[in-house]
Amino acid sequence: MSIYNEYKTKLTPKIIEDIQDYLKDKKVNDAKLRKILDKVVEEYEQARVHAGESVGVIAAESIGEPGTQMTLNTFHFAGVAEMNVTLGLPRIIEILDGRKKIKTPMMEIYLKKPYSAGKNVKEIALSIKETKLEEISTEFSINLVESAITVALDKIKIKELRITLAQIVTVVSKQLKGFSVKASKDGSSIILKSRSQEESLNEVYKAKEKIKDTHITGVKGISQVLPVKREEEFVIITAGSNLTDILQLAEVDNFRTTTNDIFEIQEILGIEAARQAIVDEVFKVIENQGLNVDVRHIMLVADTMCVSGFTKGITRFGVVSEKASVLARASFETPIKHIISAALIGEVDKLDSVVENVMLNQPVPIGTGLPGLVTKIKKKEEK
Amino acid sequence: MGEVYLNSKFLGTVENCEEFTSRIREDRRKGSITSNLNVFYYEKADEVHIESSKGRARRPLIIVRECRSMLTERHLKQLEKNEISWSDLLNQGVIEYLDAAEEENALVAFFEKDLTIEHTHLEITPLSMLGLCSSLVPYSNFNQSTRLNAGSKNQKQALGLYASNFAVRMDMDVNILHTPQKPIVQTIMHDISNYKMHPAGQNMVVAIMSYKGYNMEDAIVLNQGSIERGMGRSTYYRPSIAEELRYSGGLVDEVSIPDKDVKGYKTEKDYRFLEEDGIIYPEATVKEGDVIIGKTSPPRFLSSLEEYDLAAGTRRESSVTVKHGEKGVVDFILITENEEGNKLIQARIRDERIPETGDKFTSRHGQKGIVGLIVPESDIPFSASGIKPDLIFSPHGIPSRMTISHLIELLAGKVGALSGRYINGTTFDAEPEEKLRKELLSLGFRENGVETLYNGETGEQMQAKIFIGNMYYLKLKHLVANKLHSRARGPIQLLTRQPTEGRAKEGGLRLGEMEKDTFVAHGASLLLKERFDSDKTIVPVCENCGIIAIKDEFKNKSYCPVCGENVEVTDIEISYAFKLILDEFKSLCIYPKLQLESKY
Repeated sequence: MSIYNEYKTKLTPKIIEDIQDYLKDKKVNDAKLRKILDKVVEEYEQARVHAGESVGVIAAESIGEPGTQMTLNTFHFAGVAEMNVTLGLPRIIEILDGRKKIKTPMMEIYLKKPYSAGKNVKEIALSIKETKLEEISTEFSINLVESAITVALDKIKIKELRITLAQIVTVVSKQLKGFSVKASKDGSSIILKSRSQEESLNEVYKAKEKIKDTHITGVKGISQVLPVKREEEFVIITAGSNLTDILQLAEVDNFRTTTNDIFEIQEILGIEAARQAIVDEVFKVIENQGLNVDVRHIMLVADTMCVSGFTKGITRFGVVSEKASVLARASFETPIKHIISAALIGEVDKLDSVVENVMLNQPVPIGTGLPGLVTKIKKKEEK
Repeated sequence: MGEVYLNSKFLGTVENCEEFTSRIREDRRKGSITSNLNVFYYEKADEVHIESSKGRARRPLIIVRECRSMLTERHLKQLEKNEISWSDLLNQGVIEYLDAAEEENALVAFFEKDLTIEHTHLEITPLSMLGLCSSLVPYSNFNQSTRLNAGSKNQKQALGLYASNFAVRMDMDVNILHTPQKPIVQTIMHDISNYKMHPAGQNMVVAIMSYKGYNMEDAIVLNQGSIERGMGRSTYYRPSIAEELRYSGGLVDEVSIPDKDVKGYKTEKDYRFLEEDGIIYPEATVKEGDVIIGKTSPPRFLSSLEEYDLAAGTRRESSVTVKHGEKGVVDFILITENEEGNKLIQARIRDERIPETGDKFTSRHGQKGIVGLIVPESDIPFSASGIKPDLIFSPHGIPSRMTISHLIELLAGKVGALSGRYINGTTFDAEPEEKLRKELLSLGFRENGVETLYNGETGEQMQAKIFIGNMYYLKLKHLVANKLHSRARGPIQLLTRQPTEGRAKEGGLRLGEMEKDTFVAHGASLLLKERFDSDKTIVPVCENCGIIAIKDEFKNKSYCPVCGENVEVTDIEISYAFKLILDEFKSLCIYPKLQLESKY
């Protein structure tokens, strides 16, 4: 144990852990262990990025170059029928720009043991799907004399969803104030009557339109569900995303369930999860296109997007606005805005990054331009 | 009851639209109403649209009646004997013009044998679906459509005889091919357009094989012997123009040999070709920098009165010289007046262009390529009969592009050359490949066009049989001589002190943003600095206020315009572009203060 502690400063905890795991039931004496660890340290130092390596530019080039090929492929959408997923370059742009509202939010819901094998999958999926009043009714009609709305219901659909008439009545009456809600005698429809007799037709019409959107069952925001078998296991894929509500369901395996909405992940699971989500999502798209980019490039991008504790896009409002140098910020979009605001507060540019030094024609502090000469200049002794 | 519209304006109604339209058509064919009219019956809306407006695209078709083409053998015979003409056919109701709308009511057959009772018209020829350039491609119905597009596009860039009076024309940037030939494999369009009077290519012996990798990636290999015999030779013409312009104050330009005291006088050597009138003599061999037309202009700015008196003495040199990278022989000189009555002089320079590596050639099938190597005739592969290809084309250009017509033309060209006749390769109506193969066999060759070739250097027999034949090749106007460019030092821009842009201005080759990134990615920081110091300057900076100071070279003193003389001024090296942006900041009332620090 003590030997491992000696190496704590030289190796990462993960590597030490791995070595420990590997050597657990092997007989290694102290001298040998020391030798092994020294070798690992050597390898580790070799594998590390050297000082002055321009990792950022290399990451940008490594992602950007395959990106040019992606534009040529117009293969941007995929999926079954109405389940469209943004793929390809538009999706990458969406992630890296840090868009709050993504085009096609999507969830992958994994299930706990008995359900993941296929038990009640269809029912669970259906219960997740958001159902609006409009979908379970066949007709909305207005009775002008009584200023009442009659909603004819689709009995088959109601049966499928396993809801009772009473449930519908309570949900609708909560939504709509000023109306009394009753089920009709034969149970085929619900009748909404205005409490005040003098309701104008316009008001009634507005109410009719409003109740169409009434949320009846399911999870809000999930517009479509699709149970899929994925390697001996059933997974529910949804269009629309609502991580908060889904994770609270008893059947859901909340360790593996994900969404493609990075901001939702950040809000619920934290910034580290969001960083991982960015890496996974970008990598998924690149892999999907049959391209090959090392994850570490994407990890670097995700790191810069998340360092501040919030997800920031690579835009002039996000990551670029954090740059220390005025000139560097000005060289990327809206230069005048940046220069004027810098002038107002008397900003000082230390010229310690790349772009500024290119502008001034000075060596850039990277690679061969990084090391400086440290020496004491001897003053001539007065004789 | 249907509505009738004339040129989209409501006219009235008719009881029976179909009967009405057919009556109009009958009358038009009979000639009792104008043939410039089209009528279209729109069934769904029960409307009749009559069009006689201008600007419609119309095309001629043969009228069909009850399964019978109105164009009979008798007509054809009469046409051959020149007894009737096109307009007679129109008047007789044999042919009529349809516009886009009336075509909707017509059913057109491609060939006479396809006619059924429903057909209303017969295509004159299926070739009519193609334009002029596309129908010049032989066997084009064997091609992918994109290649036909590329092939017809390339033909427009071919060198040939663009105008028969080119010798007295002053066209900018034109070429004439020296010995153009009629193609062996022709289409009917070659006859129609009188192509033989202005051909744009030459028949070459083409072998489809690789040659030491010098014809990979669409390159071609040429036979030097063929070039020396005049293949692909052309002349490039470009006139130089000078005008005697008039300026305010009665001052004018003057075409003459400039006096030695003129501002900007070149060397005496540069003016050596000029005759007394200041214009070069014809047939002078000129090169870069030589003066073609000697000219002086009055001084640019006349501000004070004294300068008016001295005006004559301080005239500016403004001669027209041979441009950077150009050479040639003075061909033709024209002295005339322009629209404003100023003296106008044009001197045309000609330059013989012998094919060289980098020149662009193409067949008529979108198979363009650049000369990759010119091989001495002695090293070119040869056949048993001693035939040597003029051009070696790479087989890798064929499979992915699927230009079958390229291969058929090669075979057809071989048959044509051997039998001494022209081959008809008209689209949809060509001599069949089968027939060509048989004829080639009867001529004593392998029917598939391949031959045994021998290595030109070692004389060894090649293992593979090589597909060799004759093809019509075109030299395209993209000649390297007009494009080649490089620079070390050279002119810079006045404002930014950065190198100029473009070949015409002897400009630099830009190391752009993305190229810069590659330097950064490699960590080649100091190399990057060196590549970007084309506009570096030494600037004195006041250490007190951080603003660019002034250096008085005469007094050898530096001082600051703000802080005065008693202040430390240090020279720093920056790019001139950065100095400019600092000036621009100042103009925006932003104070860009430079804080200097010792580098070491």
